[in-house]
Amino acid sequence: MDPAVARAVRGLSRVGRRGPAAGGGRGAGVVALAALPIAFLGVLFAWPVVAIVRLGVTDGGVAAALAQAQTWDLAAFTLGQAAASTAVAVFAGMPVAFLLARARLHGFGWVRTFLLVPFVLPTVVVGLAFKALWPGGGVATIVLANAFFNVAVVARTVGGLWAHLDRRAEDAARSLGASPWQAFRTVTLPALAPALASSAAVVFLFCSTSFGVVLMLGGGRYRTLETEIYLRTVELLDLSGAAALSLVQLAAVIVALVIGGVARRRRERAAPLRAPVVTARRPAGREWWVVGAALTVVAGLLVPILALVVRSLSTRDGWGFDGYRALAGSGDGALSVTGWEAALNSLRTAFDATVLAMIVGVLAAVALVAAGRARGRVARLAGETLDAALMLPLGVSAVTVGFGYLVTLDALPGDLRTSPMLVPLAQALVVVPLVIRMVLPVLRSVDVRLRQAAATLGAPPARVWWTVDLPLAARSLAAAAAFGYVVALGEFGATSFLARPEAPTLPVAINELISRPGEENTQLAYAACTLLMLVTAGVAAVIDRLRAPHVGEF
Amino acid sequence: MLTVDRVTVTYDRTPAVRDASLEIADGEVLALLGPSGSGKSTLLRAIAGLEPASGAVRWDGDDLAGVPVHRRGFGLVFQDGQLFPHRDVAGNIAFGPRMQGMAAGDRDRRVAELLELVGLAGYERRPVTELSGGEAQRVALARALAPRPRLLLLDEPLSGLDAELRESLALDLVGVLRRAKATTLLVTHDQEEAFTLADRLAVLDEGRIRQSGDVIDVWRAPADERVARFLGVTTVLPGEVTDGRMSCAFGSADVPWALTGPATVGLRPHALRVASTGVPGEVVSRARRRDHTRVTVDVSETVPDVSTVDAVATMADAARPGDEVRLTLDPGGVAIVG
Repeated sequence: MDPAVARAVRGLSRVGRRGPAAGGGRGAGVVALAALPIAFLGVLFAWPVVAIVRLGVTDGGVAAALAQAQTWDLAAFTLGQAAASTAVAVFAGMPVAFLLARARLHGFGWVRTFLLVPFVLPTVVVGLAFKALWPGGGVATIVLANAFFNVAVVARTVGGLWAHLDRRAEDAARSLGASPWQAFRTVTLPALAPALASSAAVVFLFCSTSFGVVLMLGGGRYRTLETEIYLRTVELLDLSGAAALSLVQLAAVIVALVIGGVARRRRERAAPLRAPVVTARRPAGREWWVVGAALTVVAGLLVPILALVVRSLSTRDGWGFDGYRALAGSGDGALSVTGWEAALNSLRTAFDATVLAMIVGVLAAVALVAAGRARGRVARLAGETLDAALMLPLGVSAVTVGFGYLVTLDALPGDLRTSPMLVPLAQALVVVPLVIRMVLPVLRSVDVRLRQAAATLGAPPARVWWTVDLPLAARSLAAAAAFGYVVALGEFGATSFLARPEAPTLPVAINELISRPGEENTQLAYAACTLLMLVTAGVAAVIDRLRAPHVGEF
Repeated sequence: MLTVDRVTVTYDRTPAVRDASLEIADGEVLALLGPSGSGKSTLLRAIAGLEPASGAVRWDGDDLAGVPVHRRGFGLVFQDGQLFPHRDVAGNIAFGPRMQGMAAGDRDRRVAELLELVGLAGYERRPVTELSGGEAQRVALARALAPRPRLLLLDEPLSGLDAELRESLALDLVGVLRRAKATTLLVTHDQEEAFTLADRLAVLDEGRIRQSGDVIDVWRAPADERVARFLGVTTVLPGEVTDGRMSCAFGSADVPWALTGPATVGLRPHALRVASTGVPGEVVSRARRRDHTRVTVDVSETVPDVSTVDAVATMADAARPGDEVRLTLDPGGVAIVG
């Protein structure tokens, strides 16, 4: 068994055994709440991953694969490009965070909403856009494309905390003789460090496991662990090699998760829910340079998106809606369904995935909050382990998981492998960690005294949750659901592996279309991309109306 | 010397401070007193250079319009301290000297000197998150004084503390400001704080400076009824001043500073005492305070200009609602309004 997963699983089962004894009634409650998320994670993640890794290990080639220089070259390239992408995303995200948090400019409210669009765009779409802009591909393109996705993560996470910081700390530094830059460096930056570190860790995670982008832009030359696992599993059937690479990837991911977890804990502790202070004001002096930099970044993010839209509207003889008309058909024989059917299938699948992810994610978040408040060390440790374990699906190759399904899920009654629920389940696995990250900080920041007040007024625990926690977190829950919905809508890695040919989702269909020759196919692909972006932008606008200001990630 | 000349600060087209002018001489403590929302913190921030404002802020005659916050040499203490949480006590206090490029050894000496001044010697390595409210405010004060600012700006420095601590720290603060010979602008809504700390007083209301002058002058001769009420006057009635002696319906008192002629008399609660002689009235309500009993007395039958007045009785006084009492005038609580 993969040691890390084994440790996680052991840690989790320990909760089950010792929890109630250690924590009494509350412990039992926590375990009951955590049961479903643990079962979900166990059956749909740990089991398939462990099975695939074990399959590789029993083949006996893991040690040999680990000894190969090529493995470590791959690992180095993966981490290197992820580090470079993270650096670019942080560098580009900081001015945008300033714009979101501190600059009050009329007519720029859309920036916050717009930022979500790149983040939830399907990787295929982005790959396609960057390919259209730089046909040559190469490392720089991969780094830029990865950063393109993740600028929003940095900008929104850091901006959230930044808007929350009391401006007077900087004022104090200024009055003590610090220049604006010195005040930023000595006061603001240290205060932002937890958000910066936790967002950088998440971005690093996303970049080191990015699949679609590298597959489309790397060509045969640039491969990461993720694409290599795909290659070895699907095309070379080299399971032991794939297993070895999965182990390396898992190790890297766990390191990133631990760093992110530590930073996140510091942040959640540092920033309790306070009455919102208006910290944004009209920029002055050199702040305009920062605003200029931020708007440049935003313009840079717009370029690939506009390129796609323009491409979807241009036909052989000028402008036209040929691509959109083609949505009613199935391309030049590339698809077994029409474009609209694929779109409808996407919406339906994403809906199911969101419902699943919300049930699992909210239960897990509630259990984590309860575990975090528990007095026993065992319960808290178990909570932290569960927290980290629930993030793992973000960092493990979708291919590994997908392939794992194929070898394990037949053991369950009612073969899931041919069930239409398989794709929503796999998408939910990707969405659950994001739901938790958005909901958990909000639930944790609910003032414990409100809860105590409700209890002294005669509300039993479930009633307290229902009347205090839920209303306070309701907006975040709705926002998390909307967010999960667009992420599921754009999910490509696992879906491409698991979707049945007669029921492709839109991203899968797009990938299918562009890999086929023919003008009609390309036209249809670009039109479908634009359609996906429009839905994404619409949902992003809804998310922004709903989410609680300044709390939660993304 | 600080000169504030017709400063106006506008937020979203509504002026928060209008045409404010004041002066602070070297070594002087001026209290800017006003109810919450009067614009006093805004004016302080404009002086510090933290708010864009029209009008002029001058130091020794030099206009500071083009001088950014960090070059003004104005120290600032906030209500809640705003200590940098990622630095310890010494790190906070040494921040200003560090910005001035002071050598490490000198910095350490300066930190020790200031901790001594604020009565926290030996606190260098304490994390600021573990300080009590009073200690945190002392550290904030030391931090602001460390770079030897030419002007100290205190924004409600004691308001976040509990009553007892506020009182003792106010007295300490007087000592520190005197010893440091700091020219100081204090912003507060608490008249006690202002009276304790300040040499001079400026009263700000709805963004305008209504009155400024020596503490005692403002206290006994408020410019108008609004200022008077803000400074604790609860009863206003007509009276007459003749050759330094005021007389009104409740009696007469020496007011040597007042001009002869008809006057508006302002009475603070302790200007009227429950006694065996004086103007009769009926007790409406009673509340025990820390060192006296406050009574509201209906005097509408004897003094038609006012219906009820606030007065004080001794702690032991047993006056109850419904009781008939007599009120005598105490000159210590009398103000001449206008």
